[in-house]
Amino acid sequence: MIREQMKVLGNKKLAHQIYEMTLSGELVSLIRTPGQFVHIRTSSGNDPLLRRPISISSYNQEENTMTVIYRASGLGTKQMAESPYDTIDVLGPLGSGYQVNEDVKGKSMLLIGGGIGVPPLYELSKQLVEKGASVTHVLGFESARVVFYEKEFSELGQTLIATADGSHGCKGFVTNVIEQQGLIHADAFYACGPVPMLAAVEEQLAHIPGFVSMEQRMGCGVGACLACVCEVKDPDVPYKKVCTDGPVFRKGELIYG
Amino acid sequence: MDRLSVSLPGLSLKNPIMPASGCFGFGREYSQFYDLSELGSIMIKATTPHPRAGNPVPRVAETSSGMLNAIGLQNPGLEKVIETELPWLEQFDLPIIANIAGSEAEDYIKVAEKISAAKNVAALELNISCPNVKEGGIAFGTDPETARNLTAKVKEVSQVPVYVKLSPNVTSITEMAKACEEGGADGLTMINTLVGMRLDHKTGKPVIANKTGGLSGPAIKPVALRMVYEVSQQTTLPIIAMGGISSAWDVIDFISAGASAAAVGTANFVNPFVCQEIIQELPSILDELGADHILDLRGRSWMRHGEAAGHRA
Repeated sequence: MIREQMKVLGNKKLAHQIYEMTLSGELVSLIRTPGQFVHIRTSSGNDPLLRRPISISSYNQEENTMTVIYRASGLGTKQMAESPYDTIDVLGPLGSGYQVNEDVKGKSMLLIGGGIGVPPLYELSKQLVEKGASVTHVLGFESARVVFYEKEFSELGQTLIATADGSHGCKGFVTNVIEQQGLIHADAFYACGPVPMLAAVEEQLAHIPGFVSMEQRMGCGVGACLACVCEVKDPDVPYKKVCTDGPVFRKGELIYG
Repeated sequence: MDRLSVSLPGLSLKNPIMPASGCFGFGREYSQFYDLSELGSIMIKATTPHPRAGNPVPRVAETSSGMLNAIGLQNPGLEKVIETELPWLEQFDLPIIANIAGSEAEDYIKVAEKISAAKNVAALELNISCPNVKEGGIAFGTDPETARNLTAKVKEVSQVPVYVKLSPNVTSITEMAKACEEGGADGLTMINTLVGMRLDHKTGKPVIANKTGGLSGPAIKPVALRMVYEVSQQTTLPIIAMGGISSAWDVIDFISAGASAAAVGTANFVNPFVCQEIIQELPSILDELGADHILDLRGRSWMRHGEAAGHRA
């Protein structure tokens, strides 16, 4: 984990409020797993004061480049979208991501993303495919105008889109698509998205192994401030830290409040 | 580095900069960034007799130039701190300030007695100002009589000097400071957070699960500065100041207001290297101000005899 003024190679709009920033720097060489995140300082002043945790959507360790996809909805992310930065203050890589082992070969994996939880699944999918797994993506969005990366995911495997308003793909939630398409028989699932989605997916796919990536309001991002905890079922450790114990947890580990 | 060394009761500090309690855990996370021996001290996370799970989430919310938190004193408990965290910190050349908390007086006494016996604990910080727990905490820090009694009880059992951490959520912080002085405190640390709130625009409900939280960050610096200025002139106790400190110039401000050392809290979250950077930057600021030693600047803001308010000779 380092702090680095990373070079901004690109910052392009993908969909309504959705941006993709491409960064280069030494930090990339330290990334271990897909699903890790970086903590970005968007202002050199005091507003907003804290860094923004943003997941890494892809990385290339030969070229030391990575991309992050973010939704410009709050003060900090709007600063990221609007400012013509040459460099940006990045702390990372942080957290523990999805483990991709050799034993995924030949297995059928289900990747489930919701909204701004979709990005880290892209690098995960690339690595799963590289190791010989077959992947199916079920991606949920509010509406057609915020859909992104459909083409990129399609190049890696079957990609099904659900929108809450039916303006693109199937109308409904990711769980509706999983049921309609008979996807519950995958060998394992990987999910990232809002808590209600994670809870619904865990219930629907209780019979197969799975991993979920959690989101929580964060302070330091390195495990010191104890702001971003989540409740776990293990009675001996009532809370775990999303920033360092996660953001990726095993299915069944968390209590969704 | 002699220009930065400061001697306070129980504390021989190579420099007057330390991370504030609750913002640095027990140091493990930040030891990944730099050698903690560079610090003057560490004020470790509040320790209670038994492990505490803390408050429900969300525990933090941002505000203009600041943040609200309601962590709720989550900590692994006295036994684990003594058996694991403090021995781990022994690898660093550091006097540790142990922040102690509890729900009732007996809790403070129990923690004080045990933790003050640890090899590297050089002072206690009596946390009577946490605004985020239902029992204890701030309840001890808003009534002078209660604060005086608790200070005296903790002093009786502690093997090291006792600093009392004051709450700004009182009508007269000077009165609280004097009560702690009467109770036998060796020093003061100030200020803890200011109780605040943020509402969700759509629902109108508080963003933080605890409803209220403690405001910290640059937003509270003027309040902290004023309080240090007042208290330092009304008591003889040394003050370790905190409240929105995020730069070397902020430290100079607090020393000028009457503090003898400074603690950095929220700024660690923004820049994990902030304490190290402040320590490195201070000597050049002393040069700029023509000061040989940092404490030569102490109390520069105070009114002198014969000086009318608002006029300088």
